[in-house]
Amino acid sequence: MLISAFGNEMLELKLITPPKPTRGQSVFAVCFLGFALVLFLLLPYQTTRVESATWHTQPGFWPIISITGMVIFGVFHLWRLPRRKFEKMDLKEATLWVRGFEFVLWFMAYVLLVPLIGYLPSTLIFVLPMIYRQGYRRPFYFYCGALFVFAVVVFFKVLLEVKIPGAALYEMFPENVRNFLILNF
Amino acid sequence: MENVLLGLEVLSRWDVAIAILCGSIGGVIIGAIPGVGPAVAIAILLPATFSMEPIVGLTLLLGIYGSSMYGGAIPAILINTPGTPVNALTTYEGYPMTTRGEARRALSLAYAASFFGGIFSVICLILVAPILAKVAPLFGSREIFLAAVLGLVLVVIAHKENMLAAGMLACFGIFLNSVGLEPVKYTSRYTFDQSWLANGIDLIVVVLGLFAISQAYFLMSGDDVKIRVNKVRGNLFQGFKELSRHPVIAGISGVFGVVMGIIPGVGEFTAQFMSYTTAERMSKRPKAFGHGSSEGLIASETANNAVPGAAMIPLLALGIPGEALTAMMLSVFYVHNVIPGPGLFLYQLDFVTALYLALLILNIVVVIFLMFATNFLVQLVRIPNRYLGVCILALGFVGVYSLRNNPSDCAMAAVFGLLGYVLRRLDLPIIPIILGMVLGGIMEVKFRSSMSRVKEPLDFIDRPIASIIFIVLVVILLIHFLRVIKEWKPRKERKWTYRKASGKFGRLMFNRRRHMLDDRGKVLRDLQLMSPARKKED
Repeated sequence: MLISAFGNEMLELKLITPPKPTRGQSVFAVCFLGFALVLFLLLPYQTTRVESATWHTQPGFWPIISITGMVIFGVFHLWRLPRRKFEKMDLKEATLWVRGFEFVLWFMAYVLLVPLIGYLPSTLIFVLPMIYRQGYRRPFYFYCGALFVFAVVVFFKVLLEVKIPGAALYEMFPENVRNFLILNF
Repeated sequence: MENVLLGLEVLSRWDVAIAILCGSIGGVIIGAIPGVGPAVAIAILLPATFSMEPIVGLTLLLGIYGSSMYGGAIPAILINTPGTPVNALTTYEGYPMTTRGEARRALSLAYAASFFGGIFSVICLILVAPILAKVAPLFGSREIFLAAVLGLVLVVIAHKENMLAAGMLACFGIFLNSVGLEPVKYTSRYTFDQSWLANGIDLIVVVLGLFAISQAYFLMSGDDVKIRVNKVRGNLFQGFKELSRHPVIAGISGVFGVVMGIIPGVGEFTAQFMSYTTAERMSKRPKAFGHGSSEGLIASETANNAVPGAAMIPLLALGIPGEALTAMMLSVFYVHNVIPGPGLFLYQLDFVTALYLALLILNIVVVIFLMFATNFLVQLVRIPNRYLGVCILALGFVGVYSLRNNPSDCAMAAVFGLLGYVLRRLDLPIIPIILGMVLGGIMEVKFRSSMSRVKEPLDFIDRPIASIIFIVLVVILLIHFLRVIKEWKPRKERKWTYRKASGKFGRLMFNRRRHMLDDRGKVLRDLQLMSPARKKED
């Protein structure tokens, strides 16, 4: 409503911003709609109907509302896309999304490493190879990376005292050292 | 006055003072690095603030929120890249000024306008607070439910180009909130018999995934850009003097910022676009807009800095966040069992006043910091994007893992990060998912409690505020649908024209080919063969 009062001027401003990319839009819209439909079909199996409850206190009431909304908006979104037919660039874009799984794997490896060898060592093991993987080869970047890791660990673990438990590796150290490592690194 | 003194007493604590200092300076630094932004920083710091007292945690987050736009103006003006998304309009006026050799003028003007916007919103809030204290108790379950629905509708409508996508993603957010054990009957909803889903999907995990981790993936999969920046020399106070020559534009932009900030789901973008277009209309030199106009720069910077303070109003008065950053702040309240809403204004007005005063102080701290640290901040834009992505991913880990030390949270955040990465690549909005989750939870609770007192459907809106919100909701939807229908016809006509043009040529070729191949064509070909010219040749 408020935007419409400024219609033309805002449209002119929007012309300055780059247009929305069309590549991959149809793939995403189809996948999202498929996901919403699967959820819709699972409604009777994933929610329970309570006989004594009224319609608005049924446990499935809000899932029904939300999933129906997902399906309706999803259908309209797909319908209103500038291009629905899959083209080569859509598949190329989808390949890029799949390649994003590499970062998920790096991240999960980091997560699993922390309880084993500790926060500081695992962050170093994660950040430095990741810097290399991203194509940085100059020693300067690795020194900065190591400094960053140290600063992050000190800031979060020592200053903000966030809860990150000690590692299995720390158990191998003498008690004094172990306590220090558990508290600070 | 008494409340102001009580608020100052709260702020005089050393831990609160440090939080303001760290939040404001940290926010400027974060804003000055393109690719980070306040949402990423707040998402990462959010779990760490849970162990702090609410006032300490909130001033830290508020500091980042309120000051990041100051920092965001630096790369927007110097290298034509907005530090935070809301500084996009600043590039239209700031960068042309830099290319004219007026970088110092542009920066000082941006600082002055931002400072004015920030202070203006805080003054408005201090004046509005007593009224809110009187109005807020009139909001019961029905009113809050309707306000949440209004917020959600406005969020969807505000994404004008992506409205349908915003709608489906907002519904997805509501769905995410409903996963887990249902709070009244304790039956499971979409848990797929997995114990780790029984507690539901944590908002912080989703926030960290969608904002921090997805931004890391996005930066790491992109390219680095070589940037050359020059030092800014000279006094940066001149902007205040220049700002004083445009009081009307600054005032109107401040009003737009405050009003748009209060309305849930609208936010900085609409505020600055509206103030920018108004400034253009009012200007004596409208043609200078887009080519380094000082008035345009004032309008955009004032408006976007007036929003954070105003955005706190629906959050504090009704417990309804208007955008993603205040939604994140809401979780700080929940963790400490401080229920934002009407009660906060009635019983903890000193807390609310302390927050407003913190906003006021942080604006002063930021301007002083910027006067001395601009040249240092300029160098931050040199950090390569992919390198920054690695750093954000490492920081994202702390955010997720420190919540419950649970690897399944991290896995979930990584998956949401991938979803956010896809949405970023497609230029689809992320914010509706977060607001859907937060407002979905509020709607579920308030709807249930309000329906227990409703016998007939009309009882739902029989109270004055409920009926006003309902009428506003209906009017907004009506106007929106009318606009959609109005835009539909020319769009359809354009589409038909386009299809007709391209289809016509294809059809012409197809018909010609068919014509030449079918029986009639054969006859024609034969006739052509039997033409007088051919006969002569024969």
